[in-house]
Amino acid sequence: MDNLLLMMAPLFSSKLLLVLFFGTLFGLILGVLPGLGPTTGGALILPFTMTLDPLSAIVLLTSIYCAGTYGGAITAVLINTPGTPAAAATCLDGYPLAQKGEAGRALGMATVSSTVGGIFSVIILVFFAPILAQLAYEFGQPEYFALAIFGLTMLASIGEGSPIKNLIAGAFGILISTVGKDFMTSIDRFTFGINELTEGIGFIPVVVGLFAMSEMLTQSTLINQVFNRIALKAIKLPSKEDYKKTWKTIIRSSGIGSFIGVLPAEGGTVASLIGYSEAKRFSKKPEEFGKGSIEGIAGAEAANNAATGGAMVPTLALGIPGSATTAVILTGLIIHGVRPGPDLFREQPDFLYGIFGAMLIANVLFFIFGFFGAKIFARITLVPNKILWPMIFAVSVCGTYSLNQSIIDVWIMLFFGMLGFFMRRYGFSVVPVIIGLILGELVEGTLRQSLVIFDGNWLMFFTRPIALTFFILSLIALAFPLIRAKKIKK
Amino acid sequence: MKNVQKQKRANKSLPFFVRDEFKVSLVIILISTALLITTFTFDIVPPILNRGIQPATFPKALLILIIVMTLIIYYLATKNPWKIEKKLPKSFYLTLLSFLIFLVISKTLDFFLAISALSIFVSYCWGEKRIFYLILVGIIFPVIVFIFFETILGLRFPPGIITNIYYS
Repeated sequence: MDNLLLMMAPLFSSKLLLVLFFGTLFGLILGVLPGLGPTTGGALILPFTMTLDPLSAIVLLTSIYCAGTYGGAITAVLINTPGTPAAAATCLDGYPLAQKGEAGRALGMATVSSTVGGIFSVIILVFFAPILAQLAYEFGQPEYFALAIFGLTMLASIGEGSPIKNLIAGAFGILISTVGKDFMTSIDRFTFGINELTEGIGFIPVVVGLFAMSEMLTQSTLINQVFNRIALKAIKLPSKEDYKKTWKTIIRSSGIGSFIGVLPAEGGTVASLIGYSEAKRFSKKPEEFGKGSIEGIAGAEAANNAATGGAMVPTLALGIPGSATTAVILTGLIIHGVRPGPDLFREQPDFLYGIFGAMLIANVLFFIFGFFGAKIFARITLVPNKILWPMIFAVSVCGTYSLNQSIIDVWIMLFFGMLGFFMRRYGFSVVPVIIGLILGELVEGTLRQSLVIFDGNWLMFFTRPIALTFFILSLIALAFPLIRAKKIKK
Repeated sequence: MKNVQKQKRANKSLPFFVRDEFKVSLVIILISTALLITTFTFDIVPPILNRGIQPATFPKALLILIIVMTLIIYYLATKNPWKIEKKLPKSFYLTLLSFLIFLVISKTLDFFLAISALSIFVSYCWGEKRIFYLILVGIIFPVIVFIFFETILGLRFPPGIITNIYYS
């Protein structure tokens, strides 16, 4: 009961409501614009959160996350280009349905299923995060090391890119985290005599570079691309018949999305693809998929929004990001001096349940904004790239510079922009780099501390049941893509 | 799908050293090897102060792992070649050049001027010829961003010919 009251707190705070309002609005705009999305947007907004208190800052970031994930559907349906990677599966049926003159119906279903998926996942978050946090009390350094390894091996099975390329990108992310003074011995590593590098490479320059700047370079290759934009008259709420057709799909995909979200490193993109394929598998009319199936839209959208709450579970309970955007949220927590993990649940329940409540409200808000404002948000896609991207560049540069007031950070951002472009060009996903960078210190720190505890005996890792379980899960995570590839071949 | 297979077949007919998979793998291996050599220059902690492993051990292990995995992707690519990527257009190289211009101007003249110059240059290269919009992206918007960061976040931008005038 107390926790329920704590969840309601944002409703009674005009400041938090204002933050939620702007966060949801901003998230929707980011989601609608192809190439941006909640991860880049969250990274760009991080410097601004410094003027807010920790709860308002995280509420802002989470509302951007929820609304941004939904916003991608508007572009997916109307111009056949996913606003966010998580909306890729929505294109498959959303656009064909819109071509048939039913854009309003497609967006109505996307809005309803996204809201249901999002709310479902917040309920999962409220119940499971405290349980997981309680379990985490049993964790010592070796268990955290094994958990971080599990998180990294999960990178092998994320949607984009080949498993080995994802693992290389993840290892590269960890390598970046080793730049600077070694935290145990204060010895310089990879600093090349540059003073600014002794503090290490910041998270924001890397994220803004890999996402925003590399996207700017990608957009520079697409300036002659013409989008076939379908006009939207108005969003229609799904009919009774549509509800009958899709309610099971929405619930199933909400469950799938929440589960996928909870897995470290996985996120909305994987969730929506699995949600979509499961919707097809269970459908009475699988032949309609890809030609404008309403079930396809429901399956993909419920799953990707359900992944938002799911991904917050390991982020808050263990400090392991559930997705790229939650890695940004995790950075926000750290910047504001909040340490995620079991102690957070015991010491700051008002803070945590405030976030849960805010996520719930954000899901309702994006439903209202989406329903009444989709037509306006759809017009945002008309802003030409030649105007939009130079503006994004100005914000990116100032945002990156602002955190440490360091011009080196801006150079690092540009370097990672170029690197990110070529990584994506040759099939390396940039998400594992971010996850690797976030987990890097945890991996190395827990490994070295464990070896101190074990007196250098590596075999001791396998004598601890929880650590052993995570190592076995890691092996399964590594084997999964191989099994999947064999299945597809058959 | 057919197009991708066509591109893959075309890639297979090229000599190995001009294929993307060879060039990418080579670059990764060369950089990783250079970094691996660098790790041998890290200071060594005396045994009495050392807790666990040496500071160089972890990065060394990571770099070896990256090299091994790169060899695996190259081996797999010899069986299943990557598709040939389209040539990059002129607008890409001009955008890349704008990054360089930004670096030079921000270092030598002024940070704000560098943002302004890049914005106008990129917008123009991407096809914007209308003066009002060039002024909007190159002057009006950067001024708004500058003032916003300066007043709301209390940010002090690095000295330069324009910022000095503003601060004085």
